[in-house]
Amino acid sequence: MTGIWNAFIDMFDTATIATIVAGAAPLLFAAMGETISEKAGVINLSVDGSMMLAALAGFVAAFETGSVWLGFPAAAAVGMLVALVVAFGSIKLSLNQVAVGFVLFALCTQLSRFLGSSYVGRLPEAVPAWDVPLLESIPFFGRVLFQQNLMVYLSILTVIATYVYMYRTRKGLELQGIGERPEAAHARGIPVNRLRYFYTALGGALIGIGGAAFTLDVKLGWSDRPTLNFGWIVLAIVIFGGWHPIRVAIGVLLFGALQAYALNLIPEFPSLSQVLPSIPFPLMILALVIVNWKALLRWLDRYPWLRAILRSDPPTAIGTRFEVN
Amino acid sequence: MKSFRLERVFLPTAVVVVSAVGLLLAAGTNGVEPLKLIVEGSIGWPPFESGSSPKVGDTVMVWVPIALASAGLIVTFNAGMWNIGIEGQIIMGAIFAAFVAREVSASRPILILLTIVAGAVGGLLWGLLVGVLRTAGGVNEIFGGLGLDFVAASITTYLIIDPWRRAGVASTSGTDPFPDAALLPSLGGTRFSPLAVAIALLAIVGVWVLFRGTLYGLKLKAVGRNRPSAFLMGIPTNRYLLGAFMICGALAGIAGTSQATGFHYRLIPAISGGYGFLAILVVLLARFRAFWVVPISFFFAMIAVGSSQLQLRLDVNSALGGVLQGVLVLAAMFGLGWSAYRIRQRIAAAGEEPG
Repeated sequence: MTGIWNAFIDMFDTATIATIVAGAAPLLFAAMGETISEKAGVINLSVDGSMMLAALAGFVAAFETGSVWLGFPAAAAVGMLVALVVAFGSIKLSLNQVAVGFVLFALCTQLSRFLGSSYVGRLPEAVPAWDVPLLESIPFFGRVLFQQNLMVYLSILTVIATYVYMYRTRKGLELQGIGERPEAAHARGIPVNRLRYFYTALGGALIGIGGAAFTLDVKLGWSDRPTLNFGWIVLAIVIFGGWHPIRVAIGVLLFGALQAYALNLIPEFPSLSQVLPSIPFPLMILALVIVNWKALLRWLDRYPWLRAILRSDPPTAIGTRFEVN
Repeated sequence: MKSFRLERVFLPTAVVVVSAVGLLLAAGTNGVEPLKLIVEGSIGWPPFESGSSPKVGDTVMVWVPIALASAGLIVTFNAGMWNIGIEGQIIMGAIFAAFVAREVSASRPILILLTIVAGAVGGLLWGLLVGVLRTAGGVNEIFGGLGLDFVAASITTYLIIDPWRRAGVASTSGTDPFPDAALLPSLGGTRFSPLAVAIALLAIVGVWVLFRGTLYGLKLKAVGRNRPSAFLMGIPTNRYLLGAFMICGALAGIAGTSQATGFHYRLIPAISGGYGFLAILVVLLARFRAFWVVPISFFFAMIAVGSSQLQLRLDVNSALGGVLQGVLVLAAMFGLGWSAYRIRQRIAAAGEEPG
């Protein structure tokens, strides 16, 4: 028992927290991308596949050119392309978003394995570490937030930018409008479907960057299916976070903490060393179950402030089509 | 209308052929060779030649779980549910079957029957859990199912490395082989099990009958098409949703039994073989029609078995098979979507009310 407790206490070590923040970067990018896309009303279910294909594209671009910074635009382009296929299929051809997303997930996963097979085990140049001058010397926060690399800083900025854009600007209000009440948005003269294309593509690009942040930073190099299942976790975290950028980001960090805790527990349960690393995945889904449990939500309704923290209501028009009559 | 129908068949086929050959050329092959190798590796070349029976047996025993899972998925799709939890249901079926195969001693026919029933029960319970999460908890079935997929996979790994570990060697590769009495009976020297094939065909016919000739099937469809109005018509929608998940789970669980006692003869970590997700692609391509599942899942099983030859003979990664399957389904989906879109446009252009 003391081992379990000590493993928990070890989590609050500054170095461990810094590792969690660094490891969260790919999922922060991808989760923000999916949040934007779903907020606009389009579910991009292909995340697990498109992230992997983008991770490969980013890796190959960086490996072949020798410049790590060329990897990210390449990955963003691939993620955007896949997202546009989802958007085209659902908006123009009125196909089922979930069906198109699932098929693209399967296709992209296999495509990345197929195209990447000759790159397995190769190492590209990694994203270089870069401490933020002055800020790095702040106690604790300096180590956790400002002694990282550029992609980590960008991932945090992306979360803040998404929040500010979505809830503090007029354009962001329009973004919410096309996901909540597309008819009303249309009546106000907002081009619903054009904006849905735009935000799905933007979201796809972020998902792609998230993929490349794996192969060029967090899990350097290409292996067979390097981002396996992280895309599904992204989809779960977006729901867990109630489609709110800050809460989604907290969900990502929580997942990272669970992963770190699982690794800390391995010395305690050596016989479970193969199982423990995969435990955060079902736990995250369990968390999802809890925040969605109707009975719990009814109980929460009595405590509005608690309900406000835990509420998780999807955009009203998520997954539906909008047609101008 | 005839030209529309031509367009519906021709366009997806053309897209598939062009993209498949393009892909194969890009992979540095001459375009036709891999396709021939896939056929040769799965059913022999010329097809079903005399020495090919072990290969054909393997392909058929890959077909069985895909067909069973597809039959189950038709039920959940008709009820309007995305049963992504199908992988977990296959795994649970395999675990339950493995438990019976390891722990129960009985005469051979009874033991085989028990493994099949155990598999069905395991899958059914796991499917029911997805359904309960959905109906009582309000948890979207995609994520509830996915979470249970992860849980089932973790349980398998745990069983293999701890309570059911092989005697002597610590290994994550699998348990000890099951006793012979628990294995599905197969034809000499191959994995081909007529019993498993019969069950799979029965399941497909059963699902066809369910939606063609029974009130239960009709009500299930009503629930899938429009849940609020089905509810107002007096159909207990939640009970029907649970029923759909239980039927699908049971069929997937039998697929798990077939994987455990009819193909691998032991429990391995990736016991589902990804056939649950593959079955989702099959059903989307078959557009939820039961009988189309038979040839399409056989074709997919051929690709799954035959593409291992690509690695051995052409040094092309075997994931190419999966790519071909994905391209096929995507092209069919977009081909149909495109022609439907053109029809809508023509109707609109003719000044009629769009139907």
